[in-house]
Amino acid sequence: MARIEFQHVDKRYSGAEGLAVNDLNLDVKDGEFLVLVGPSGCGKTTALRCLAGLEDISSGDILIGDRVVNDLPPKDRDIAMVFQSYALYPHMSLFENMAFSIRMRKAPKAEVESKVREAAQILGLEKLLDRKPGELSGGQRQRVALGRAIVRDPAAFLMDEPLSNLDAKLRVQTRAEIARLHQRLGTTIVYVTHDQVEAMTMGDRICVMRDGLLQQVGTPQELYEHPVNLFVAGFIGSPAMNFLTGRVAHDGAAAALALDGLQITLSGRAAAAARTCGDGQTLTIGMRPEHLDVATAHTSNAVRVPVLVDVVEFLGNDALLHATVGGTEVVALVPVARGVAVGDRVELAIADDLVHTFDPQTDHTLGNTAAA
Amino acid sequence: MTAVAAPLTTPRQGRRQGRLRRLFSRSTVNIILVVIGLLWLLPSFGLLVTSFRPAQDFFSAGWWQAIAHPFTLTLDNYRHILQTGGIGDAILTTALITVPATLLVVLIASLAAYGLVFLRWRGRDWVLVLIVALMVVPLQMALIPVASLYRSVGLFNSIPGVVLFHVAFGLPFAIFLMRNFYTGIPKDLLEAARIDGANEWMMFRRIVLPLGKPALASLAIFEFLWVWNDLLVSLVFLSGSSHVPITVAILGQLRQFGSNIDLISTASFVSMIIPLGVFFAFQRYFVRGVLAGAVK
Ligand SMILES: Nc1ncnc2c1ncn2[C@@H]1O[C@H](COP(=O)(O)OP(=O)(O)O)[C@@H](O)[C@H]1O
Ligand SMILES: [Mg+2]
Repeated sequence: MARIEFQHVDKRYSGAEGLAVNDLNLDVKDGEFLVLVGPSGCGKTTALRCLAGLEDISSGDILIGDRVVNDLPPKDRDIAMVFQSYALYPHMSLFENMAFSIRMRKAPKAEVESKVREAAQILGLEKLLDRKPGELSGGQRQRVALGRAIVRDPAAFLMDEPLSNLDAKLRVQTRAEIARLHQRLGTTIVYVTHDQVEAMTMGDRICVMRDGLLQQVGTPQELYEHPVNLFVAGFIGSPAMNFLTGRVAHDGAAAALALDGLQITLSGRAAAAARTCGDGQTLTIGMRPEHLDVATAHTSNAVRVPVLVDVVEFLGNDALLHATVGGTEVVALVPVARGVAVGDRVELAIADDLVHTFDPQTDHTLGNTAAA
Repeated sequence: MTAVAAPLTTPRQGRRQGRLRRLFSRSTVNIILVVIGLLWLLPSFGLLVTSFRPAQDFFSAGWWQAIAHPFTLTLDNYRHILQTGGIGDAILTTALITVPATLLVVLIASLAAYGLVFLRWRGRDWVLVLIVALMVVPLQMALIPVASLYRSVGLFNSIPGVVLFHVAFGLPFAIFLMRNFYTGIPKDLLEAARIDGANEWMMFRRIVLPLGKPALASLAIFEFLWVWNDLLVSLVFLSGSSHVPITVAILGQLRQFGSNIDLISTASFVSMIIPLGVFFAFQRYFVRGVLAGAVK
């Protein structure tokens, strides 16, 4: 077990003009399950490969367990990696696949046997040990890839999108299984995914990346409630947060957001944030679909948005409304009991302390508006 | 005219036609393949029959007539070439050239290709270009200069000299072939092995070599046949030697006696059957789908 630290790590691929990883600072605690998440091409895999020692870093330091590992070859970093492709040795039986790493370390025969059997038992692979990878289902191969890492008993597991080749149902199962494995072994895990749902459900903490730059690190709840910028706000949460951009209009103590042909009165924290802006300055407000509801007579302390409903998706208990306000699409998750139909004009309301505010010039969050 | 035109064929008919067409095209392909195969086999079969015929029969009737009188066939020719010794010695000489040449080519090419595919070093791509360029150098061009070189270093008229020449001219293509095969091996496999603690040698021995077996087997057979059947190189470098390979020996028989076809056909058949045996021995390595289950 070990903590892992990235200190000002840059990675530039030879021939590439930009940095694949740009000044990454990240501290992974001992035993933590940290998820690196971001859209495709943002540098997650690169960061993980630098940590594994498969790529040299251009500058900065990487520490594993308080030891700078910049110049250590992968085998001396005491880490195990689960590849997106699984990378099982196709000509070896499952037993040999899992035994390979400890054989390379010259473990005595009895130890190899017992460690492989133990890992196979944890993952329910005992009966398959004589098979070759080609004779397994996708889910089983995935387990073998995990098993190969477990046998090593490393200081940290590195996993690069290990679930992306599984079908949806198996992915949900395996997600829980990896979480259980982490609880059982207590080993530090750095887990890469582009799927924010995976990140939110599995990670102790999540590190959001974009274009090689770290955006925000925090617990799933912190990211959900206090995204630092528009990107994180839009990336975390499903369905994604709604954004409305307009000009701030001050009217005495009250503040409003002027969209084309329509004024949205702001209150509470949103109004406080608006007050920091000058009159006529642009402001973006963010509203999560699950926080929006159809306004009723009793709704108070809320920001109200009049919309025209386009599409209603029935989800069982709730319905997902796709609506427009002044040309911008707004998605809202409301109880089916509200009885909203296509073509209806309704007023959506959101508790004013749940409204996020952003500066559209910098994309940064304004003030500390959203405290749930 | 009815409003709804009847379809020209019912779906069932259509399906049957499709099947018929498939059957027809498949059997056509098979027939063509069989014909080509027979055409190819015919001379070899003729050679086989001739090798069992008494020499004097050769001038009176063709080998196809001999099949009708199987009792005239005899093992005398085989006894003869074994006793005279020249042919036996020639086969041994051929083997002494072919086996080391094949082994060296396979060994060096599999290692060199590893370096070209899996190791990162400066100038790697240029070395590859050079190797591809060497593939087009005709062997005949090098015969004279290498012969004079061999004379000065004492390799002329020696088996190692011939082996060396074959290895040198076999390697460019061999490395190219192995390199192309290795590029199909997922890089992830080697990276996984590297993290698992394998060094370069282990990665070669335990991952790349086992996965490269089909390519190595093809290469070995190709190289074996090439060297086994070579006449030109041995003729140039071994003509003054007391031990000559089978191809040179057969040629010598032709020249000496003009027409001792009984010995020539027998020796030729022996010379042909050995590589065939090698081919079947390696055939089991041509497993398709060696990489199944590696990734995804
Ligand atoms: N071997 C490489 N050589 C050059 N550029 C690369 C290489 N691998 C990745 N990149 C580039 O680096 C960036 C980050 O890639 P990657 O880390 O694979 O992203 P992610 O895993 O987040 O999808 C991308 O722009 C990609 O094109
Ligand atoms: Mg990736």
